[in-house]
Formats: sequence, C-alpha cells, structure tokens
Amino acid sequence: MNAFTLLRLALRVISRNKARAMLTVLGIVIGVGAVIAMVALGAGAQQNIAKQIASLGSNLIILIPGTTNVAGVRGGGGSSTTVDVDDIDALRREVKSITHLAPANRQQVQIVAGDANWSTNLLGTTPAFYVVRDWRTDTGTEHSELDEASHNKVCVLGRTVATQLFGTDDPIDQWVRIKKVPFRVIGVLSSKGQSPMGTDQDDTVLIPFSVYRQRMAGTQRDQIQAAYAAAVDANSSQAALDEMTAVLRQRHHLRESADDDFSLRNLADIAAASREVADSMTLLLGSIAGVSLLVGGIGIMNTMLVSVTERTREIGIRLAVGAKSSDILVQFLVEAVVLSAIGGAIGVFFGWGAAQLLSDATGWVTIFDPAVAALAFAVSGAVGVFFGFWPARRAAQLDPIDALRYE
Amino acid sequence: MSEVPVIDTEHLQKVYSAGGTPLVALADVTLRVQKGEFVAVVGASGSGKSTFMNLIGLLDRPTSGVLRLDGVDVARLTPNQRAVVRNRKIGFVFQGFNLLRRTSALENVELPLLYAGVPARVRTDAAKQALTQVGLGERMGHMPNELSGGQQQRVAIARALVNQPALLLADEPTGNLDSTTTREILTLFVDLNVNHGITVVMVTHELDVAAVSRRVVQFKDGHLVMDGPPPPEWTPAVPAPWHVAKTSEVA
Repeated sequence: MNAFTLLRLALRVISRNKARAMLTVLGIVIGVGAVIAMVALGAGAQQNIAKQIASLGSNLIILIPGTTNVAGVRGGGGSSTTVDVDDIDALRREVKSITHLAPANRQQVQIVAGDANWSTNLLGTTPAFYVVRDWRTDTGTEHSELDEASHNKVCVLGRTVATQLFGTDDPIDQWVRIKKVPFRVIGVLSSKGQSPMGTDQDDTVLIPFSVYRQRMAGTQRDQIQAAYAAAVDANSSQAALDEMTAVLRQRHHLRESADDDFSLRNLADIAAASREVADSMTLLLGSIAGVSLLVGGIGIMNTMLVSVTERTREIGIRLAVGAKSSDILVQFLVEAVVLSAIGGAIGVFFGWGAAQLLSDATGWVTIFDPAVAALAFAVSGAVGVFFGFWPARRAAQLDPIDALRYE
Repeated sequence: MSEVPVIDTEHLQKVYSAGGTPLVALADVTLRVQKGEFVAVVGASGSGKSTFMNLIGLLDRPTSGVLRLDGVDVARLTPNQRAVVRNRKIGFVFQGFNLLRRTSALENVELPLLYAGVPARVRTDAAKQALTQVGLGERMGHMPNELSGGQQQRVAIARALVNQPALLLADEPTGNLDSTTTREILTLFVDLNVNHGITVVMVTHELDVAAVSRRVVQFKDGHLVMDGPPPPEWTPAVPAPWHVAKTSEVA
C-alpha cells in the first residue's frame, strides 16, 4: 500500500470515533501546547532581559570601590574609600578605550517643592552619565559641563519624582529644595521603567557632581561610590576593563599578589548571568511540559491497544485476503502517528493561543518561534511511532485463524 | 490427467498438542482436486473438515505431509510467502461474510488487489467488474450494513474472485442465509464453475447444498471416509448441468 492510501485509511478510521480520538490526543495537545507556551514565555523573558540590560546603556562598564577591612571587620561592596575623584581624573586621562566616564554618588534625601515632598534617590553625576547610561530628558535639558564648572544649582527629575511633586503641572523652571538648598528644575527624564533588579529607575533626582561634592557629600567629598564608563564599542569593552584595572592598581600601589581593592564589571558579564537564569527557567518549564507529552504518548498506546483488540476480526480478514504482517504493522503504526500528529497540530495552535492569552493577561512578553513549533510537532510524531509500535506489533503478530474466529 | 492439480495433498496430518494430550484433527489425508472441479466437503463438527479448509487455505500449517497448491509446495513457506499465496491463488468466502465494516462494497472487493500492489485505477476497474459479475453492479457504493445477507455474500464472492485465484474456498457459505438466498448463491457458484471454469471447494453440513456439487468428500474423526459423486438420495438445492446429464443417463 502506498503512503497516500495508508494515510487515507488512517484518517478514515480515526474519524469514525472522533470523541475517542479527541480524548486520546488530549495529552499530546496539552504536552505540545505547554511546551510551546513555555518556550514562548522563556524567549519573551530572554528578550525582556536583553532589553533591560540595553537600557542600562551600551558598552557599559561599572566601577565600584572594594570592601573595607578594618581590624577584620569587612564592609560590603562600595563601603571603602579606595576610589576617589583623582582616580576618576586619572582614568579619564589615561584610558583610551573609554569614551565617557561618569562618577555617580547617591544618597536618600527628602525633596520639597512648595507643600509637596518626596523621599527619593539623589544622584550627583557629570553630564557624561546621560551618554553612558543612555538616559534622555523628555522635557527641558540635561545639565551641562557649564553647570558643572559654575556649580549651578540645577536638577533633572526622574518621571516618578516629577509626578509626585508637581502632578500634571510642568516642573520646568520650578524650584525644589534638597537639604535646604534650592535647585531649579531644568529637565525631566524620559521614563526608564524598572531596572533588571526591580527598582524604579524613575525615582531619582540628578544634580551636577560639583554641586553634590560641595553641598551634599559632607566630609566624604572626595570619595566615589560608583562610576560608569562607556567603552569605545562593544568589542573593546574587555580591553577597557583591563586598562582601567591596570591604572587603578598602579595608582593604589597594589603588589602583584594583592587582590583588586575595587571591582569592575562589564555589561556582557551581567547579561550572560541573567540569560543563564532565563535559560534554566525555560528548560525547567519546558521539561515539565515534556512530561505531559510522555503521558500523552501513553494515552495513545492505550487507545491503540484497545483498537487492535476491537479490530481483531478486521485484522483476520486482511490477513486472509493476503496482507503480510508487515502491512498490518505499518497500518496501525501510521494510525498512531497520524493520531499523535493531529494532537501535535492542535497543540501547536493551542500553545500559540495560550502564549497570546498569557501576554494579554499578564503583560509578559512571549515570542512564538515557528522552529520550536515545528520541533514540537515533529516530537509529537515521534511519540506516535514510539508508543504506537507495541500495539501495532501485537496486531501484526495475530494468528489469521484466531483473528478470524474472534467475536 | 496432464494438468497440474489445484489441490494436491499427500498424507496430510494436523495434530494439536496444546493441553498435554495430542489431538489428531486430521490424519493422513491424500486428496487431489483438478482444475474446474466443484467439490463439497462434508462431515460432522469436529470431523476435521474445518482443519482441512484452514490447511488448504494456508491459514494454518500442517504437522506433516505434502500440500501443493496449483503445483507449488506450500507446506514449508514462511508467513510472508503464505500471505502472497493466499493473496494470489485463493479466494475465501466465509459463513459470516467477513466484510470490513463501514467500508463500501467496492473497497471491500478492492482489498486483495490493494495487498497485491495493484495501482488504484486498475484496482477499481477490476473490482467493478467482479461486482458486476456477481450481480451487484448497482450497489458498489453501499456499506455492508446497507446490504442484505445474500448481497453481502455476493460482495464476499466478488472479493474472492477479484484476484482471479486458482481456487475458490467457501466455508459454509450459505450457513447464514435463508433458503431462497441460499439457492441464489449456489446458482452463482454453479455459474462461476460452469461458465468461468473456477474451481470451487465448499464446506457444508447441509446435504441439499452438498448435493449441488459434482464431487463430495466426507470427513469423519480426521479421516477421509468418502470421495465420490453426491449420493442420488440427496436432493440438490439448485439444478446444475451435471444433474441434467445424470438424469438423462438414467433415462
């Protein structure tokens, strides 16, 4: 019998008992559907992470001072004074593979405007910060090198702070007070959303670094809490890291054997770590879904066994008119494969639908990958072969006389 | 006779050994059926006639002895080779019709050709021809459950004939039919035998059915006990040309 005849025969047999066929393939439908939905979700999460990391700025390198060790008591990251403003100047001067370098010192402050006030994150930084982190203002302008040089008391508000203090009013050229120092609002940042760590990146106020040192830093005016650098391009990010390390080690007079008293990270490392987390999530969810594919296969095996028993007489007739046992084997195997492939096709459709529903309901990004759908469909076919083989072999091994006598 | 016999058995034996004590179902049967014969196989149940049918139909294998079908020694064939012989040389007609349910008459008749690897177009033409031959040209698209018992048996006969086998093997073909339909089916067998030269071997326990044949073979306790023309006291259910000849001889 040729493939077309076999396929037609299988479809006819399956269509005779639609309710049973549907129940049988339900396991495959759920299995394939779940795999596709989960992988779509995982791919969406992956893309989200990539986007958020890109939102930190391109070619970003982060410098954090090392930990203090005072009489054996170790402070956390950033607790030491190992990096100071002179280090920043030296790095700017000597490292050629970075284009921008911005110190970023912060503290929690109460900001007041009229009778409104709000507790927020005050960030003292240089104009390079806007470039390095790829932050832009929605309205107004960023602060300039001139503001830095003239110690101008101007500030740029994050979207959250602007809303909290001024509601829907335009905050530009309004005055706010931070630690009793009046600042003129010159810009409002465009919304950045959550950071990869889940904090609100819009809940911040930026002021010139020079003003921060002078009016906000108290006794720690030379100390640097963090600095952000931009490498010339993504490829030179490692080179920039190495150069910065060399400069800082030399300036800090560290011996060959001593550990760094600062830490430098590039974005690629952070991205890789996040991707790994997303990957293992996808794998975990996918394998749970895969289990239901297995259960679906067992369902098909069960139905095929019942079918072989029910159709013993038919098998006897076929053998009597000249079917070889291989003909019978192929007939039932094709039936099992067609059955599970139907389940696979419905599953692909449902998986796609589930992914859509999930992103509509939760706002998570899901990405439907046709290659994954094709693979899941192929696997459902393979499940049919694997779980259909035993029932088909039982059919093929029936004795013609016994089969014909079967009532 | 110079022609190769359709069935040729020598000391054919079948012993069932399941359950400890061996049961001799068929003991030392030597029999020849020539091309064009019409043979009735009779015997009480358990006489060995069904075992004999299963052996010559290649549904079962003999314990010992020689079995040649159309000149081919078939006793030692592999299961696949036996399937090919069943397909090419034998046409089965069963008491219970044994048609595939929910499958049209035409497709039922096409079945042997399907396993012979005949192309679809040729298959359909041959099946239509066979159905027309048995008088069902008008009902090819009908499902078995839409046909009467007699019509279903005609479909089964068309299926048995479609591959132009050397031998038509009928196992109690009229067992499930009323007397009118029985006569129709027997008339068809006679026609196929007389006008198309088809060799017919028919198992039956009804004497009037057996009497239609030209030769009766009787089994008892696994042995062949009688082989010859039907006894004159049996009244044939339908007339056949050889009855007329016999009657004229007597006259």
